[in-house]
Amino acid sequence: MDKQLKVSSNPHVRSKSTTSGIMTAVVLALVPAAGYGIYNFGVRALWLILVTVASTVLTEFLFGLYRKKMTITDMSAVVTGLLLALNLPVKLPLWMAALGGVFAILVAKLLFGGLGQNFMNPALAGRCFLIMSFPSQMTDFSNEAGSFLRFSWDAYTGATPLAALKAGESVNVMDMIVGRTAGTIGETSMIAILIGACFLMLLGIIDLRVPGSYIVSFLLFVGLFGGHGFDPAYLTAQLAGGGLMLGAFFMATDYVTRPITSKGQYLFGLFLGVMTGIFRLFGPAAEGVSYAIILGNLLVPLIEKVTKPKGFGMGGMRHEK
Amino acid sequence: MNKAAERLYNGLIQENPTFVLMLGMCPTLAVTTSAMNGLGMGLTTMVVLALSNLMISSLRKVIPDRVRIPAFIVIIASFVTAVQLLLEAYLPSLNDALGVYIPLIVVNCIILGRAESYAYSNPPIPSLFDGIGMGLGFTMALTLIGMFREILGAGTIFDFRIMPEAYTPIGIFVMAPGAFFVLAALTATQNHIKAARERAGKDASRIGSGCAQDCMTCGDSACTKRFYDEHTDRQEDVKEEK
Repeated sequence: MDKQLKVSSNPHVRSKSTTSGIMTAVVLALVPAAGYGIYNFGVRALWLILVTVASTVLTEFLFGLYRKKMTITDMSAVVTGLLLALNLPVKLPLWMAALGGVFAILVAKLLFGGLGQNFMNPALAGRCFLIMSFPSQMTDFSNEAGSFLRFSWDAYTGATPLAALKAGESVNVMDMIVGRTAGTIGETSMIAILIGACFLMLLGIIDLRVPGSYIVSFLLFVGLFGGHGFDPAYLTAQLAGGGLMLGAFFMATDYVTRPITSKGQYLFGLFLGVMTGIFRLFGPAAEGVSYAIILGNLLVPLIEKVTKPKGFGMGGMRHEK
Repeated sequence: MNKAAERLYNGLIQENPTFVLMLGMCPTLAVTTSAMNGLGMGLTTMVVLALSNLMISSLRKVIPDRVRIPAFIVIIASFVTAVQLLLEAYLPSLNDALGVYIPLIVVNCIILGRAESYAYSNPPIPSLFDGIGMGLGFTMALTLIGMFREILGAGTIFDFRIMPEAYTPIGIFVMAPGAFFVLAALTATQNHIKAARERAGKDASRIGSGCAQDCMTCGDSACTKRFYDEHTDRQEDVKEEK
């Protein structure tokens, strides 16, 4: 009897998508950005990525052994490690990268109950932990290490295009779109990131609600308050520079830490755009994407509360006769 | 176990103000950037706590029930002022390091809490030892937190270099978030030990005073509820009528 009749609680309609499937797709989508980073910055970028991913996966594995509940197969640790590595400057000492990975997985995710319970993006938590702990190493973008594939860009040594932009210097917009600039490993190439983002959108894993409203509101804010008006070159430079693209498509869209209501997602993107604009234009640092997304993550419960959809026939106005 | 030793054990372990009662979090998180600051803050608080407990306990039959909180504050504030003047005179460097947190000892909830829940209803000598025990517990906790933050955030303990020169300090540990991480890790560690002891049959985690539950169900005198207690007020009204 019980072999024919399966009694279970809802949902009864099942989708074929699984956590590990989605996470694997995200890893694949990050391959172009990571590949370009390795091409741009040399073999050391590969080592940094491997060490960071190894540290996150190992932390998840050891914690799984300790709690006797193995969650390593959901691939989320790989995504966190890869995203964190793409957010690090290539010269960062390897042990710091590993420490950031351990912090991201252990403190920001596992201690709060594992995947689905983390209130902020673990990779960004790891990045902010590293920025606050090692400010000089985390903002050192000079690259003198002998990399055989590297372009020559003496003019950019030590300063990211965003920092140059903030200082009022001119930047080469074309180089920024292609990615031939200084910066963290995965953020420099707008094209590589967009290839990955298109791949995810075609698979239906992410949609444009959060990234779209994020980018549009950011451009509006920068256009209004940036002091350059709606100058296309300036706006493109702001868009292509720094971690905006990587953040908008790969970190703000994180299923766990974005709002679940569609109105809320637009609101979330709007908030991120405005906060990033404020950090970039009026803050002391040139970049503010990671802090903006973390702040947005903290507001998600509130956003979900105010955008909670009304059930059919519930609430609404009563018609007066 | 005699009364004095029991109070010391209670303050240090059983009802440790930082790790068990979770009182006085503001100085705990703010001043423990180094082991020295933690030790200084803890000892300063301990002196005030012991003296104010002694004084309040001696005056407990004189202080009217309805104005006891202002009376406690006056007593505590006097001791804090005296201690601050002494620090300024003899330990100016510590005074500078602790800054505004010395005058803020007046509103430290450990001191008011002990006055309310222990000293006001117990004789002077046990109250003195209660203050010393609680103060030592606070000092121990603050020094521990300060030590871990100093090792990780600067590579030293009491300004004595522990880590090799090549060690890069993890700056976040001397900033505010580091205080939360270290406090949480230490509290978790001691809860782990206590849970293990409890399983072995040695119950070490019983909180005897202070509010372990919410104020509605708590019968303890440390509750603010008592301040508005209709029952006692009515009894006093009856007395006045007589």
